[in-house]
Amino acid sequence: MASLGSIRRSFAPWADPSAKPYIRFENVSKRFGDFVAVDDLSLTIYEREFFALLGASGCGKTTLLRMLAGFEQPTSGRILLDGQDLLRVPPYRRPVNMMFQSYALFPHMTVEANIAFGLKQDGMPKAEIAGRVAQMLKLVKLEPFAKRKPHQLSGGQRQRVALARSIAKRPKVLLLDEPLGALDKKLREETQFELMDLQHDLGLTFLVVTHDQEEAMTMADRIAIMDKGRVLQVATPAEVYEAPASRFVADFVGSINMFEGRLVKENAGIAHIRDASGAEFWVGGSTRAAPGDTVWLAIRPEKMRVSRERPPEAENAFNGEIWDIAYLGDMTIYNVRLDDGRIVKASMINSMRRLEDALTWHDRAWISFSADAVVLLTE
Amino acid sequence: MRKLVPSLGRRLVIAVPYFWLLVFFLVPFFIVLKISLSQPMIAIPPYLPVFSWQDGIGGFIQKLGALSLDNYLWLAGDPLYVNAYLSSLWIAAVSTLLTLLVGYPIAYGMARAPLSIRPILLMMVILPFWTSFLIRVYAWIGILKPEGLLNQFLMLLGVIDQPLVIINTTTAVYIGIVYSYLPFMVLPLYATLEKMDYSLIEAAEDLGCTAFSAFWKITFPLSRPGIVAGCMLVFIPAVGEFVIPDLLGGSQTLMIGKTLWNEFFANRDWPVSSAVAIVLLLLLVLPIVYFQRAQARAQEKAG
Repeated sequence: MASLGSIRRSFAPWADPSAKPYIRFENVSKRFGDFVAVDDLSLTIYEREFFALLGASGCGKTTLLRMLAGFEQPTSGRILLDGQDLLRVPPYRRPVNMMFQSYALFPHMTVEANIAFGLKQDGMPKAEIAGRVAQMLKLVKLEPFAKRKPHQLSGGQRQRVALARSIAKRPKVLLLDEPLGALDKKLREETQFELMDLQHDLGLTFLVVTHDQEEAMTMADRIAIMDKGRVLQVATPAEVYEAPASRFVADFVGSINMFEGRLVKENAGIAHIRDASGAEFWVGGSTRAAPGDTVWLAIRPEKMRVSRERPPEAENAFNGEIWDIAYLGDMTIYNVRLDDGRIVKASMINSMRRLEDALTWHDRAWISFSADAVVLLTE
Repeated sequence: MRKLVPSLGRRLVIAVPYFWLLVFFLVPFFIVLKISLSQPMIAIPPYLPVFSWQDGIGGFIQKLGALSLDNYLWLAGDPLYVNAYLSSLWIAAVSTLLTLLVGYPIAYGMARAPLSIRPILLMMVILPFWTSFLIRVYAWIGILKPEGLLNQFLMLLGVIDQPLVIINTTTAVYIGIVYSYLPFMVLPLYATLEKMDYSLIEAAEDLGCTAFSAFWKITFPLSRPGIVAGCMLVFIPAVGEFVIPDLLGGSQTLMIGKTLWNEFFANRDWPVSSAVAIVLLLLLVLPIVYFQRAQARAQEKAG
């Protein structure tokens, strides 16, 4: 599994024990009355990292972001930025800037004035402000719109103004609250890559909050999966996908097939598992479970194969009936109904333009996967 | 395709408010205008009617020449009227400013209050309307007079030895106007402040503003429509205010509302008092129309 982190980039300060953390949340809790928004959470983020907080709404990710910006005070715990405790630092003195989900552009100011706002607050000389604003406008490709007011811009343009305004002061950390949430799909995909380039070129630390796993997977160096105010897993996108730490994470990121069973025995790196219906599974890797313990097998759809004949090399194979077929162009998703009634999802790449003997509805088929395709989960 | 000709129903709906304005605003206005151009005489009504229905068209045109601007010249020639206008404008302007200073924090506090208690606060602002305006102004006499509640209270605290003379001064008029017109200032301000996006303030603080400078740079400029509406709602009726200066201001306070009342009821000079009213109307309407057009133009330029 150690090799998974290096699939994306060679940048991996979290794997280096001597690297100094840049942002540290230490046992941070935040309660609003009876509601616990953030629950005893600890997290470290490194300089120049593109870090994503991923979770459903109400999981505490935005509260965490707002605590770093200074809009909320933690009920307990500490937040450190570059070694400095932020507790007594008001928002206007924190070296972080935020891009708001609503963009929060000042409606009575032009694009130019919006971008210059933070620089003016810092008392930067006028000539320097003009230079910086021009630079920012160029960066977000909005030069012709400098004199417009926010209400005269499209959604995508407003998003760029908000971005330019939040990076104009060159903050140590840029906080992005659902930065692409209000954009349509195509624009969102384009902007994802632009944000990544921008982060790389400016060398800033980005902390982005999102509920969109695709967005997090595409952009982030590391992702923290959050639920009910806690962090369930912090890992690279590849690790989160291929080696989820829990059933929740496995289920939350991408789609997955899950089987519950009991460990029969483990021998030479192969675990033998039997489920309630008597079906037998052979799974590679260490389980860290004792015989008789309940374990869960998680298999991604693309790691399953659907075929007419049982493939001889597959360690696990089950007979069933094709229940549903979804043709997506690049791939086809099969829902196969196993003989015990369970529905299993498998996806196959359409590498051929035409298949002579294509499977169709209600055909009998074998669904198979290798022992290495399975993630064994104990929690 | 949308019909270019409005339907009968739509015309009817539009016609109702126009009809209302015609009958209750435009027609009385022309009657007052007509009286202001006529001569006073001892009769019922106490002026020389200029037009009558028997004249016909020819007589009407003939009598147009008989109209005189004498009453207006009279107003311009007597410093009493000029002073009354100026003093009214001044008192209204000062009271409007005071009302804004008192009303803004109230509206701001209401807009930032927890959602659950906002309707209660709103109710409390409107509550005084449930009592007669006249009675509420009368009540201020009891508070402000030398042996009144305010003086008793201050002497009890030992702040003053001698009762303050407030009643029958301009100060009392200011207090009365600020008190009476406060809801008209608070309500439009509250409406503007309440719908303002709070993340704008957070964004300003995030970009380096203290809470104070965020207020001056973001909240205040964005609440301008509310400030303008509130100031107009206070200033316009305050200029012509009669009850408050009469009850609280005594003989010392010169305001056009009182002058008008005197002309009308004490002197029974309807033509001059009509002229006073017309001049007051023009004094208020012309700058407002100009101001609104300037603002519409500025908005067009920005939009």
